[in-house]
Amino acid sequence: MMRFLLLFSRQGKIRLQKWFLPLGEREKKKIIRDMTTMVLARKPRTCNFLHWKDLKIVYKRYASLYFCCGLEEEDNELLALEVLHRYVELLDKYFGNVCELDIIFNFEKAYFILDEFLMGGEVQETSKQSIAKSIEASDMLQETMEEYMSKPAF
Amino acid sequence: MPAVSKGDGMRGLAVFISDIRNCKSKEAEIKRINKELANIRSKFKGDKALDGYSKKKYVCKLLFIFLLGHDIDFGHMEAVNLLSSNKYTEKQIGYLFISVLVNSNSDLIRLINNAIKNDLSSRNPTFMNLALHCIANVGSREMAEAFAADVPRILVAGDTMDSVKQSAALCLLRLNRTSPDLIPMGEWTSRVVHLLNDQHLGVVTAATSLIITLAQKNPDDFKTSVSLAVARLSRIVTSASTDLQDYTYYFVAAPWLSVKLLRLLQCYPPPEDAAIRGRLTECLETILNKAQEPPKSKKVQHSNAKNAVLFEAISLIIHHDSEPTLLVRACNQLGQFLQHRETNLRYLALESMCTLASSEFSHEAVKTHIETVINALKTERDVSVRQRAVDLLYAMCDRSNAKQIVAEMLSYLETADYSIREEIVLKVAILAEKYAVEYTWYVDTILNLIRIAGDYVSEEVWYRVIQIVINRDDVQGYAAKTVFEALQAPACHENLVKVGGYILGEFGNLIAGDPRSSPLIQFNLLHSKFHLCSVPTRALLLSAYVKFINLFPEVKGTIQEVLRSDSQLRNADVELQQRAVEYLRLSCIASTDILATVLEEMPPFPERESSILAKLKKKKGSGTVSDVEDTRKERNTNVNGSTDHTTATTNTKPSPSSFVSDLLAAAPPPTNRPRPVPSSSILHMPLSPLSPQAYAVHSAAPLTPFYQVTSSPSSDLLGLGNSSAVNSGSPPAASNAASLLVDVFSESLPVAPLGTASAPIIEENFSRFVCKNNGVLYENQLLQIGLKSEFRQNLGRMYVFYGNKTSTQFLNFSASVVCHEPLNAQLNVHTKTADPVVDGGAQLQQILNIECLSDFVEAPVLNINFRYGGSVQNIAVRLPVTLNKFFQPTEMMSQDFFQRWKQLSDPQQEVQKIFKAKHSMDTEITKAKIIGFGTALLDGVDPNPSNFVGAGVIHTKTIQVGCLLRLEPNTQAQMYRLTLRTSRGSVSQRLCDLLSEQF
Repeated sequence: MMRFLLLFSRQGKIRLQKWFLPLGEREKKKIIRDMTTMVLARKPRTCNFLHWKDLKIVYKRYASLYFCCGLEEEDNELLALEVLHRYVELLDKYFGNVCELDIIFNFEKAYFILDEFLMGGEVQETSKQSIAKSIEASDMLQETMEEYMSKPAF
Repeated sequence: MPAVSKGDGMRGLAVFISDIRNCKSKEAEIKRINKELANIRSKFKGDKALDGYSKKKYVCKLLFIFLLGHDIDFGHMEAVNLLSSNKYTEKQIGYLFISVLVNSNSDLIRLINNAIKNDLSSRNPTFMNLALHCIANVGSREMAEAFAADVPRILVAGDTMDSVKQSAALCLLRLNRTSPDLIPMGEWTSRVVHLLNDQHLGVVTAATSLIITLAQKNPDDFKTSVSLAVARLSRIVTSASTDLQDYTYYFVAAPWLSVKLLRLLQCYPPPEDAAIRGRLTECLETILNKAQEPPKSKKVQHSNAKNAVLFEAISLIIHHDSEPTLLVRACNQLGQFLQHRETNLRYLALESMCTLASSEFSHEAVKTHIETVINALKTERDVSVRQRAVDLLYAMCDRSNAKQIVAEMLSYLETADYSIREEIVLKVAILAEKYAVEYTWYVDTILNLIRIAGDYVSEEVWYRVIQIVINRDDVQGYAAKTVFEALQAPACHENLVKVGGYILGEFGNLIAGDPRSSPLIQFNLLHSKFHLCSVPTRALLLSAYVKFINLFPEVKGTIQEVLRSDSQLRNADVELQQRAVEYLRLSCIASTDILATVLEEMPPFPERESSILAKLKKKKGSGTVSDVEDTRKERNTNVNGSTDHTTATTNTKPSPSSFVSDLLAAAPPPTNRPRPVPSSSILHMPLSPLSPQAYAVHSAAPLTPFYQVTSSPSSDLLGLGNSSAVNSGSPPAASNAASLLVDVFSESLPVAPLGTASAPIIEENFSRFVCKNNGVLYENQLLQIGLKSEFRQNLGRMYVFYGNKTSTQFLNFSASVVCHEPLNAQLNVHTKTADPVVDGGAQLQQILNIECLSDFVEAPVLNINFRYGGSVQNIAVRLPVTLNKFFQPTEMMSQDFFQRWKQLSDPQQEVQKIFKAKHSMDTEITKAKIIGFGTALLDGVDPNPSNFVGAGVIHTKTIQVGCLLRLEPNTQAQMYRLTLRTSRGSVSQRLCDLLSEQF
């Protein structure tokens, strides 16, 4: 089971954090600090796996963003790399050539897409089509909803 | 088309986010945020009711602020309001807020649970999924309690949509992980297994994850999943890459599902049914064959997914550990990966090989890769890969290659990354000890270790080398010579000074004959380091000096002068000052006989598990993980028999600890010095500070045997926690007369009948241990048995101390634990063999590892046999391992308690007993007993404040049983009424029987 998933920038700014088991805020902050310092300090072309306490850390860099997750002992590291990749593909499909800014400005969407893909730290649905379809469906639902609403001017 | 414009696009939010991004400083950001928070607060408080959109926007802004790392203490109510909106986006944001900012306010939780309930029963799959996600994301006990019944029902209902099934399966998995006691097992479990046959691969994937967790806890209930999993796997493995459509990932058929299925099979031993087993072997062979085929794509995703399945298959092969051909093929495959150009694969191959090394079939095959692994250690650019190489060298080490591996690790240590040095040091120390054929090599290795990486040599390492040198007299001379030489170096590590001081203080006489290492030279050498050392080392050196006074009368004057100097006698450090004063006095007033007695060589250390090994284990075990996870993992390693890693190690290769004991046990009894015999009153003084008190014992009654030398914190010089190992078994005043009597009458002692095959089982102290873990279990004139135990979840460890109260050795000592039927199927007790000889006055420690498999009533019996004098003693004691030891306390609120109480209302679930008080009815004592019993003591639950209420969960390997208890005292009648409710009648009965004896 995946324990957490973090997205952070090269400067260590956290862009998305998902915790699959409840943790205290202090503990979360410590993990974020440890992960960013550890992963950002890695040299290029080193392997994508690390040991941290009793967790396996799998990370990969996509453009300016690092995707980093913590796995339990019995989890499969290589497949976790592909979980990260599939998530990137899903973001890509939704935003169209996703970049860090998309995730900053639409952070809630990034969370929703992740929820379609993973749940409780396990893969819920691996088919790109199915996930895209259900995100599409909720967007459709959303758009129809919007018609009934008059947005007040900001 | 940039999707950003899809759906809504809350302009206000976007503006706020870019404002924040434009902030030049942290202060500016905080200012902007505070402004926004004030704005939102006023909107929420304002008289004008907000429309859904605005509410959503503000809640989303709060969420953003929270995720930036700022505290948010309001907005929960508005978020909860959004949950009941029938507009999807509002609901969605509401749920997201709730999931991220979990709040424990119980009013709020009731509202949230209501909203979830509505959505679960809405039959709208999108809403149901949102609700299930919220349960999984929050996953609190309150939610688990509220929905533990609904989620399984949704999962197996015939009309549930596939996507909802997937969410329900994983939601249930999540709840089961954090609140397993709340998930009712029932007829839904068998239907879950059949989801493995579902048409929808997404459903199968999610269901497999759930089944893995359930099967780890209740293997028997999910046995049927094995054949279904094999069938499913076989279909995937043999499918063409296009068959599975979107479940094919970069030309690999359903890699996620394949890995899950292989993982599920690792919960079980190899299938017994030959057909299923054959089919599985075929699958595994196919996976191994595919690794040799040319890749279908150059993309790294393809090779990752393919190799993920391959590594998981190899894990299964290693787990089964039954097909030598598969094991060797797996090993060869990993061997290929060791030289692969992908760093990731090299890393994983090293990691997998570590587990392979512990299989007897493949240990030799793994060893053939030693050169590659050593090369990896030298050439890998990536520290985490090098770390794996160290691990593998450690795992593949045996007697045949120990010297090479230790040498390589030592040389790597010189350049190793600081982060892993300590671990390498521990590993080298363990290997050197475990595979030492010559002790000279061992001593050299450890001294090298200190030389190369002194800062990383923990206390345990140098304690250990001293233990071994003390216990092996054939290495003492060599050790003295070697440390003497090592100390010649102009700069040597303080740890070396410690070892040197200790060893020369004990055995300096063995090299004093050589004029190059005469007593004075030895002393001057040690003393030249004195001023550079820290206080504890100086204290140790002072003890070494006083030992020198005894060993070498010719340097007495020189040493007394040193002790007398102001820098010692008036040292600001009270410990040093005290030692200097006491040692000086001792050397002045004591006669040489007394001096020789007081400063006698240290007696051999009792054999015990290597403290280094314990340290390494502790290092590995350090984690942030919650308790649930810890034990789950432990359980995982030995699920359902088969060869797991840990047992494999003990089976195929002697474990380090057993080797260590070999090493010590094999040591011939020292001949060059008297054995400790109380009657001759030889006093042993360790090189530790003398406390005034101990000193008093010395001078006042030098002929009384004394064991406890000191109570100063550094007394536990060899750091093994039980400085009492040599002592507390016998009372200081154990008079010779008494032991004489025992000698004479031992044959007529009623408790130790002569040579009878089965002694009556003694249980007089048994019930005293129900509510506590430590104490004296049994005592007669010969023997005292003390217990210290600790329990965690379904596991326990018991330290049994056998104190020989006599002055004579116990021979052929053996202590074993017997679990009669049906207990042997309910409780695993693993006993470490005890040393067959217990010296007079000595104490022997034995460790029992206990695992509770299911609930039980009987308690195991400890059988002790030994020869004392001419007769065989046979003692059987009931060991206080009782069901309540496996309690984990559960705190709960009054409302929850009564809800659960109501749920456990079947007549057989409740057991009640009314009984007379045997002790005074003191409230505090009663409270302590209930807590000692293992449950949480719940305050404010029972309306009557004089009643006691407790709750806890009994953890066994197979099931967990939630228990509630209520104790009502009636002081007038001096009676109690005890009521227990648990989900299992037998558990209620047993707990009631145990606890009612305590008051």
